[in-house]
Order: sequence, then C-alpha cells, then structure tokens
Amino acid sequence: MSAETLREPISSGAEWTFELLQQYDEEIRDIAVNEFGLDCYPNQIEVIASEQMLDAYASLGLPISYPHWSYGKEFIRNEQSYRKGMSGLAYEIVINSNPCISYLMEENSMPMQALVIAHACYGHNSFFKGNYLFRQWTDADAIIDYMVFARRYVMQCEERYGFTAVEDTLDSCHALMHHGVDRYRRPAPLSEEEQRIRQLQREEFEWQQFDEIWRTLPARDKELDADAARNGHFPPEPQENLLYFIEKHAPKLASWQRELVRIVRKLSQYFYPQGLTKVMNEGWATFWHYTLLNRLYDRGRVDAGFMLEWLSSHTNVITQRGYDQHGYGGLNPYALGFAMFTDIRRICENPTDEDREWFPDIAGSDWRQTLDFAMRNYKDESFITQYLSPKLMREFHFFAIDDFQQDGFLTVDAIHNEQGYRRLRQLLAAQYNRDVQVPDIQIVRYDYNGDRALTLQHRRYRGRPLEAHNGGEVLKHIARLWGFTVRLETLDGDELIDTQELKAT
Amino acid sequence: MIIDRRLNDRNKSAVNRQRFIRRYKEQIRKSVADLAGRRSITDMEQGGEVSIPARDISEPSFQHGQGGDREIVHPGNHQFQTGDRIKRPEGEGGGGGSGSGEGDGEQSQDSFEFTLSRDEFMDLFFDDLELPAMVRTMLGDIRQFKWRRAGYTPRGVPTNLSVVRSLQNAMARRIALKKPIERQIAALTEAGAPAEQIEALERRKRMVPFIDELDLRYRNRVKEPQPINRAVMFCLMDVSASMTEDKKDLAKRFYTLLYLFLTRKYEKVDLVFIRHTEDAEEVDEDRFFHDTGSGGTVVLSALRLMQEIMVERYPADQWNIYGAQVSDGDAFGADPEKSRAWLEDLILPAVRYFAYVEVPDNTNRLSPLSHAYRRIEASHMAMATVTGRHEVYPVLRELFRKEAA
Repeated sequence: MSAETLREPISSGAEWTFELLQQYDEEIRDIAVNEFGLDCYPNQIEVIASEQMLDAYASLGLPISYPHWSYGKEFIRNEQSYRKGMSGLAYEIVINSNPCISYLMEENSMPMQALVIAHACYGHNSFFKGNYLFRQWTDADAIIDYMVFARRYVMQCEERYGFTAVEDTLDSCHALMHHGVDRYRRPAPLSEEEQRIRQLQREEFEWQQFDEIWRTLPARDKELDADAARNGHFPPEPQENLLYFIEKHAPKLASWQRELVRIVRKLSQYFYPQGLTKVMNEGWATFWHYTLLNRLYDRGRVDAGFMLEWLSSHTNVITQRGYDQHGYGGLNPYALGFAMFTDIRRICENPTDEDREWFPDIAGSDWRQTLDFAMRNYKDESFITQYLSPKLMREFHFFAIDDFQQDGFLTVDAIHNEQGYRRLRQLLAAQYNRDVQVPDIQIVRYDYNGDRALTLQHRRYRGRPLEAHNGGEVLKHIARLWGFTVRLETLDGDELIDTQELKAT
Repeated sequence: MIIDRRLNDRNKSAVNRQRFIRRYKEQIRKSVADLAGRRSITDMEQGGEVSIPARDISEPSFQHGQGGDREIVHPGNHQFQTGDRIKRPEGEGGGGGSGSGEGDGEQSQDSFEFTLSRDEFMDLFFDDLELPAMVRTMLGDIRQFKWRRAGYTPRGVPTNLSVVRSLQNAMARRIALKKPIERQIAALTEAGAPAEQIEALERRKRMVPFIDELDLRYRNRVKEPQPINRAVMFCLMDVSASMTEDKKDLAKRFYTLLYLFLTRKYEKVDLVFIRHTEDAEEVDEDRFFHDTGSGGTVVLSALRLMQEIMVERYPADQWNIYGAQVSDGDAFGADPEKSRAWLEDLILPAVRYFAYVEVPDNTNRLSPLSHAYRRIEASHMAMATVTGRHEVYPVLRELFRKEAA
C-alpha cells in the first residue's frame, strides 16, 4: 500500500469534460489493474444523451438489434415513466462484448461518471471476462458482428416476406425465449456463425438462380435417427431446447424462418448467463466501485464532496427493504451481492471464531485470490450455498416461509438462528435455481411417420402448475411454428394429469 | 477509449415505435376515435394520450402459476419464530419467489398509456376515414413555400455572398487587431525601445490579413409555408330532436375533414356555426355539437342566416366561402322547395363550394330535402348520403379532385 499522499484532487465540482473522463479512467484503471489485479477486456466508453439511453434499454441493452414492436413498447414504457419522473434511468448499461462497451449519460455529474466507470468498466467488465458461465456461453468477440447480421437479415426478410410474416415468426420465437438453451451442451461459438452467414449469402445467390428447382428438392433430415423414427421414438432423449428443436425439425418452416428462430435462439443463449448471475454480477461490480473509489480517496485524488455524492447514490442502490416495508419487491440483488463480497473480504481479513468454524478454507486467506476464485467459478445458486455467512443472515434478518398447497396457512420454516442457518442458506440458494424460475418443459415426441404431431411435457416442479392463460398463448405460438398438431402433457411425478391439444389450422 | 456518441442518431427506436403502432392500430384507433370525438374541429391537429388494454400487448411465456409447494426467503424478520403459523394473505398464492429485486416496475396496470405525436394521430385519424394516400399527403403537409430573406449567415454558396457585409466585417476585424499593436509601437517608440522590437511588431501588424474566411457573410433565405389567403367555412346543422349523437359525430368528422383541407389551402380559416330547429342561430362550436335543440325543422332559416352573415361579414370578393350542411333531410311543406331556391339563387353564386350531407334514418327513402336539392344544377354543389364514417370522405372527393388540380 502506498503511503498517504497529499490531497491533489483530479477535479472538484460536478462539471465533466472528456479530458477529465480520461484522467479518472486512467487513475481508476491503475488501481483496478495494477493494484488489485482485475483482468478486464479493453474498454470502450460512450457518452450518450438520455434518449439514447432509453434506446439502449429498449433493445435489451444491446447497441444494435433487429427491429421488433416489443422494443418499441419497451421504449415507450421507459420513456413514459422517465418523463413522469417515476424512475430515474439506472445509471449504467454495459455490454458483454470485446471491447466492453459502457455508456455514460451526458446529464450525469463528474462523480457519477466516475462511479459508472468504476462499476461498469472495471466491475462488470472483469466479471464478464472471468466468470465461467460467460466464458462458456457467450462470445464477447463476436456478439456485435452477429447482431449486425441479425438486424440486416431481419430487415431483408421484412422487405421480402412482409412485416406481418416476420413479426409473427419473431413473436412466436420470443414466447420461447426462456427455452432456447440446452444446459448440458456447450453451444458452438458465435464466431463460427460467420461461416454460416457467408454460406447464407451464397445460397441467396443460388436461390435467385433456381428458386423453383430448389424448392422441390426433398429435405434431408440428417439428424433424424432412422431407427428411432421408424419406431416412432423421436427424439430419443427429451429435448429442453425448444427453439433448437423447432429450428432443426419443424416440418413447415421456410428456410428464412428457420434462420429467424436461430437468431432468437442465439440471443437467448447470450442472455442465459446474465439470468443466472444477477446477484454475483451486480454484487461484484458494486463491490469494486466501492473499493476503487475509496482507494481513489486514499490516494488523495478526489475530495470529500466527490465521495458524498456517489455514496448517496451507492446507498440507494444497495438498500434492502424489509418484507413488510413499503416498496418491498423481493431481494435486491445489488444489496445481497455487495454484502456477500464485502463479507467474504471481512472473513479473509478479520475472521471471527464463527467464521473459522463455517469457512475454514477461506478464513484468514488472501482476500483478493479468494474473491477472484468465487467470481470465476460460481453462479448465484452455488455462490450462496458456498459463501452466505450466518453473520449476513442475521444482518438481513432472513426467514423462510413454507407455502404448501394442502395447508390453509403459511409456516415459518427457519429463521436466522443457530438451528436455522443451514436450512435458510439452502432455501435461499434454491430460489436462484433456474428450475424454480422457469417451468420444466421438454419435447418428448415427434410423430415423424404419423400425423407429425409434436408432444411437449411439462413436469411439474413440486406440484406447481403453469400459469394457464400465458401457457395457452405460448402453445398457440408453438403450433404456429410447428404447423401441425401440438400437445402439452402435464406430469406430476410420473403421473399424467392433463393433456392440452392444439390442432394446427 | 472514450467516444462521444451524442451526435449519433437519437431516435433509433423510432422504427420500433412505428412497428408497435402499426401492430396495435386497431386498439389505438379506438382511442383516437374517442379523442377525435372530444376535440374541437380546430384542435384536431395535435398529438394525444392514448391507451391500450395491457393484456393485449403482453408477451406470453411459460410461467409458474399459483399453487403447488414452495418456500420463500424474505428479509427483515422482527417477530417470527420457527414454527409460527401465519394466515395466508388474501388473493395471493405465495409470492413469485423469483427473488428479483429492485422492484423493477412490476406495474400491474390495466392499460398501457402513451402519447401519440401529431403526425401519428393524424395518420390514424385519416385511417379512420379511409382517406386515399394522395389526399393524405395533401392534407398531411403544406405544399407551397415562398423564399424569404432572413439576415446573413457565415456559410453559404458564392452566389449569395454579400460583398458589403463581408467587407464591413473585414474592416472591423482589421481595426480590432491592428489598434493594440499600433498602441504598443507608439509606447515603445516613446520609450526608445530597440528597433528590432518595433520592427517585429510592425511585421505582426502587416500579418493581419485584409480579408479572412471569418469575415464572409452570405445572404440567408428561408422557406416559409405560403398558404394562399383566407376562407370562411359555414357549418350548418339541423339539431332537431331526430339528430342523434351518432349523426352529430358523423357531421363532426365531415366538418373536420373539410376544415383540415381548407387550412392547407388558406392562411386563415374562419368557422361559422349555424344550427337550426325552426329558427336558426349562430353559436360557438361547443354548443353547436353538444346542445340538443328541440322543436321542428325549418331549413330555410339556416340558409337565410348564412346569407345574412355572408353579406355582413364575409363579402364574396374578399373571402373564399365554403358551405357544409348536415341534416337528416326531414323538412316539411314548402320549406324544401324554398330552401332550394334560396340556395340556388343567393348562396351558390357566391360560394366556392357547397356540400350537403344527409344522415337519414332510412336510406331507402328519398328525403324531401334531397328531393328538392337534387334539382340544383351546379358543378360546385355536392350531395351525399352518409351512414358510416368511411363514407364521409367520398363526399369531399369531388372537391379534392377539383381543387387539388
């Protein structure tokens, strides 16, 4: 640690300039990279106006996306609430790409800009680069190029096949957005898509030459296991990646529609890790902006006014309301994540006896290595299982409620006491399990030689039914993509309790 | 690397917004129709708040519903012990348990409200009337422009260079730059400074250019919309008890369309509202549409009043006069015939166009008034029977066709 220096603030007051942004960025980078050893993608900081921020929000936070009405809806919704002053714009959007793109809003003051730089450009950035899920599932180098292709492709389809046809297909795909990944199979890297895209362009040319001839060629389904198909047992294993199955096997889709299904699938894959690491990702970024900016103060590079300004915003972000307080909306991932990383550091640096008993491996270890290891190798669910300490459970006053169907009342299952800690931790972690959040729906049969009906199964998770109205709507979308009869069987345990059937029109 | 993107396109989402509006046209249209009904004719051209049932625009996905077994962890316990039983809160089958924080605007609003811009509103309003595209473009923008001088700008094409202005500026600049140097030279000469120092200043003085890019001024011109001149539009309506709200609504659409059309053509459009039962009076727009009269029908009274007002306030040599009459066509005794004569002899010669729109209860029967009006021989008189909104426009088609030429 460097000795206390004289206070020589980089700037004071709220005004920011490009030179100042540059200076703060260099100073923060020096602390993040050279002092704490964070490993980041190069940064690309973009200064934008508030309406551009609204644009960015509307398109899922990607800098470029294909046109679709739902993004228009999002934009209008955000704009309305922003205008009415109901919600300020959250101050950061950061894109998991290489270079890592972060947005700064021109309306923000200098301390807030520095906060976003620390939070997004060094916090989120290093998480994207380091966490195993992101490394496995997303392709930071290729995402922007891919989205450029997707946008162009969708617009070409609109020109050729009409807005409505494209919209219908995309709507149906969006309804299956949460069922576009295969958790147990690593996806092919996006960069390989480039090959395919070139291939597509070649085909484009050939189509123009021989449109009619091509259309009459029998489609060879390479993946269809001939034996299995004869016995009517296809797919051999249930398929959870609905979008993939539809893309590969839907009998009636035109090739451009398959390509659209693929685009939505790739998008869904890109967002998959973000859903599993919200607590960790935000916690990590918040922990680092807090640590980096405090270090900036220790070095004498910012003044007290600067600290007060960003701290008030920081405090707002990590507020956790109690279950009975106004505005309670469940657990705040920023609050929990920040508390956990801070707590791990505490356990490393000043462990108590309780910590030594609960965390023998990390109590007293080097905190930077421990934090780095945690960031790289966990997702929310396992992170909580591994690192949530009794001290935090006491601080948050956690308690678990049993809500069982056969009871006419709720029961308190565990609270923050000696008997409850382990149970509480297990239950909280389970809340971040994807099975709890997304219903388990898989394709079990494709009657390839018969009426081509597609059968899906919903295996109830602990007796929890599907939300009926939405479920029915999604089924219609699947039928639209499939083009033949679609069935949805509901299983509770191994018992078939309900079948919905939708004849394709 | 820091990039300034503020100059980029600020309206990326416009495309998506259009798609949203196109997709929910049907729902939005209903809101637009309501708005159009509430607005006055002269205020039709502005945006407005519309709302769509939220359920219509939700995007479905497979979700867990209520029921089944679950445990939920909450923060902020200050009273519960393990094993406590709590009454189920009303109307919820257990929280979502998804642990999404921040309370990120899970507004369970029943309707989705947003603001349409003027253009979007007009587009939908015209849609409602099934206006053909050509007319739409005509109504949608102002066609004629006049170039007007508007001072000077520092940039322009050589043709517009203002020599006098530019040289004035050059002179001012030369004076401003040379004077301090001259003062310095004078001071140094007095103090007997070395010659090279003075020489250097002299050189600097010579460096000031005679004319510089900075001095150039160009004549600036701007395009100004140039409507032709002024018009007056007479709205005549029968408000006897047989005129229902629906009929008035049709009438209003017809007047609005005519008004919009006129405002494209004329700089100033006056509106005169005349309503009649058995006698006529001039009223303001609000009363025109929203006060129900009672009593019989004497059409002639309205035509008379119109003619009086024309003579008094809108002489035909100074105003373009348009007349639009809406009635359900019921008239009695000698009234239709007298009205026809009055219209034909006194009004039609003085107006540019007169439209008569009938909103009858029974379309199979020829009403007395149209029976009489049908005998009028005039190319600038149009008549039509209207029972639905989509029929409003064709009445004006003749007019558009002629006037647009």
